Amino acid sequence: MKIVVCVKQVPDSAATMSVEDGKVSWGDAPLVINPWDEYAVEAALRLTEEQGGDVVALSLGDENAKEAIKHALAMGCSEAILINDPAMKGADTQAVARVLAAAIQKIGEVDAVVFGKQAIDSDVGATPAMVARLMGWPAVTLVSEISEFSGGTLKAQRAMEEGRQQVEATLPVVLSIVKDYGEPRYPSFMGIRKASRAEVPEWTVADTGIEVPPALVSWPKVMEPPARQITNEIIEGGSPEEIAAKLADKIMEEKVL
Amino acid sequence: MVNKVWAFVDQFKGQALPASWEVVYAGRKLANQIGSGLTALVIGSDVESIAKQAIEYGADEVILADDPSLADYRANAYAAVLAKAAGEAGPEIFLFPTSTRGREMAGMAAIDLNTGVLVDVTEIKLDGSEVTAVRPVYAGKLLTEVVCAAKPQLVTLRARAFDKPAADAGRSGTITRVPAVMAEDQIKMKVTGYQEAGGGVSLTDASVIVSGGRGTANNSLQPPVELKDDAEIEKWRAQQGFKLIGELAGVLGGAVGASRAAVDAGYIPYVHQVGQTGKVVSPDLYIANGISGAIQHLAGMRSSKVIVAINKDPDAPIFKYARFGVVGDMYQILPPLTAALKERLGK
Ligand SMILES: Cc1cc2nc3c(=O)[nH]c(=O)nc-3n(C[C@H](O)[C@H](O)[C@H](O)COP(=O)(O)OP(=O)(O)OC[C@H]3O[C@@H](n4cnc5c(N)ncnc54)[C@H](O)[C@@H]3O)c2cc1C
Ligand SMILES: Nc1ncnc2c1ncn2[C@@H]1O[C@H](COP(=O)(O)O)[C@@H](O)[C@H]1O
Repeated sequence: MKIVVCVKQVPDSAATMSVEDGKVSWGDAPLVINPWDEYAVEAALRLTEEQGGDVVALSLGDENAKEAIKHALAMGCSEAILINDPAMKGADTQAVARVLAAAIQKIGEVDAVVFGKQAIDSDVGATPAMVARLMGWPAVTLVSEISEFSGGTLKAQRAMEEGRQQVEATLPVVLSIVKDYGEPRYPSFMGIRKASRAEVPEWTVADTGIEVPPALVSWPKVMEPPARQITNEIIEGGSPEEIAAKLADKIMEEKVL
Repeated sequence: MVNKVWAFVDQFKGQALPASWEVVYAGRKLANQIGSGLTALVIGSDVESIAKQAIEYGADEVILADDPSLADYRANAYAAVLAKAAGEAGPEIFLFPTSTRGREMAGMAAIDLNTGVLVDVTEIKLDGSEVTAVRPVYAGKLLTEVVCAAKPQLVTLRARAFDKPAADAGRSGTITRVPAVMAEDQIKMKVTGYQEAGGGVSLTDASVIVSGGRGTANNSLQPPVELKDDAEIEKWRAQQGFKLIGELAGVLGGAVGASRAAVDAGYIPYVHQVGQTGKVVSPDLYIANGISGAIQHLAGMRSSKVIVAINKDPDAPIFKYARFGVVGDMYQILPPLTAALKERLGK
């Protein structure tokens, strides 16, 4: 069995973001693997631990993306591929999806491609659906549990907004994994050592067998959100009842109820 | 004549999402600006009533794919219907709600129709029929203007960021039925079971959210004697806090939210998590109880209109973002606050 897990490098979620010379800056905050993708790696590893097989971590990005890849390798992925092509600078989601799909074709004989739910930098959350469409495979998104993955069939539970849904799909499939799946493992000491020595092959877009897909979406202007003027008011009083009554009056005055 | 503006109506089990009507209504206004009609796309089974509603909210034409094979949302089967209908008609702007299904449909349409997608936008400006949209990125820490160079320009609208729609029962429009595109055996996916979350009002649609954090577990209430394990006792204590939170949310017709710390500790399920790795929300009123205000939590709620913080620690960062703060114990403040608001709302 062969599983591909797609991982992206993003600024740490604790980063303070700003705009400098019209460009996005995260100061000296570290770049890390997209937190959602750790769940994806965990799911991919558990599937192969139960059934045998390999997990290939796939990332499209520049030199920096190596951190995300190393993290995936340290967690236990057997191989990794970095698609590093300057022509992909400024690529939009559909262009990224087209290249990832081409790479998955190229890797070949893949039983499942596992994604995080969303990248916490661009907050798009459409790559899994796009790749599923390109591959012509069923898209089983928001997976919280996988109860069967064999004999050409996947049985899984999805954690949707409205509730929990059980689904069955024919392999190969595209999956996206949510947090309810279970906590991702920490890289082991051995894993970290192995990952730091790993030679990660780098592909250009041409190596995946397609031409560089043009970006169709662009972002001409990045802005810091307008600073909001908030008057902070601490409500004080004698008893909790008094404070609560004052607070209730203040809330009513805001006319939001 | 083909309508230049289209809207996708997301429905679940025969019920349209409120955000779908915001999308239809926004589409109506864009169509008026361009001088075009508005087409709504409704996909499902037994959903003719939704098609009629779409007309009341502003559609001139509804394309209705009503088929038992479309009863459950299966992305590829829905996408195939969408691609065929929109591929033939060639709209210039196609709006979706930013629900999970909306994101997926827009993403798949981008592939099928060879275009790009502007996701989760909060503002739209038109120049002729060219869209410039604004969308939050990095969980709202930054904003960016986005444009799409191809047509149709696929745009998903953030819930509650656009005007509340008003239905007009007097509007008329046409309903055109189209068949399902994929046969059952081509879909390669089956829905075999479903359990409702039963969490009440959904976070993304809520105009009021009452949230709890790790502070919910900080009380000296006496747990039932059969609870021995410390973790179980902590959970039980926190759940007493979420009960108070739920009661206030109930009085205000709002939803219950939580910090990641509360979710990770197992006090409340993940669907309630607000923040960078939970839901990004922007209600009119957000009441945070026992939440410190970490940057990842703020990222998910700081655009709320009025923020109220109840926290024991006067130095908690959340107070900097709060219009009103109470330095105190949520267990003492919440019950009288719920009673006071209930009275003022005449409930
Ligand atoms: C990759 C990543 C992603 C993350 N994503 C999110 C996210 O999406 N959402 C999120 O919320 N967090 C997220 N976090 C976690 C975040 O950094 C904080 O750890 C978390 O928000 C803290 O939750 P809290 O405020 O409930 O807990 P704490 O920070 O422990 O705060 C508890 C507060 O309760 C107060 N308190 C205690 N007892 C009482 C009482 N009886 N009455 C009133 N107040 C009381 C205390 O004074 C304290 O301020 C993320 C972290 C990482 C690393
Ligand atoms: N550049 C990339 N390289 C590898 N995987 C990616 C990349 N961008 C997105 N993904 C995957 O797609 C998921 C959703 O990303 P997005 O649609 O951009 O929010 C992520 O969680 C990753 O699993």
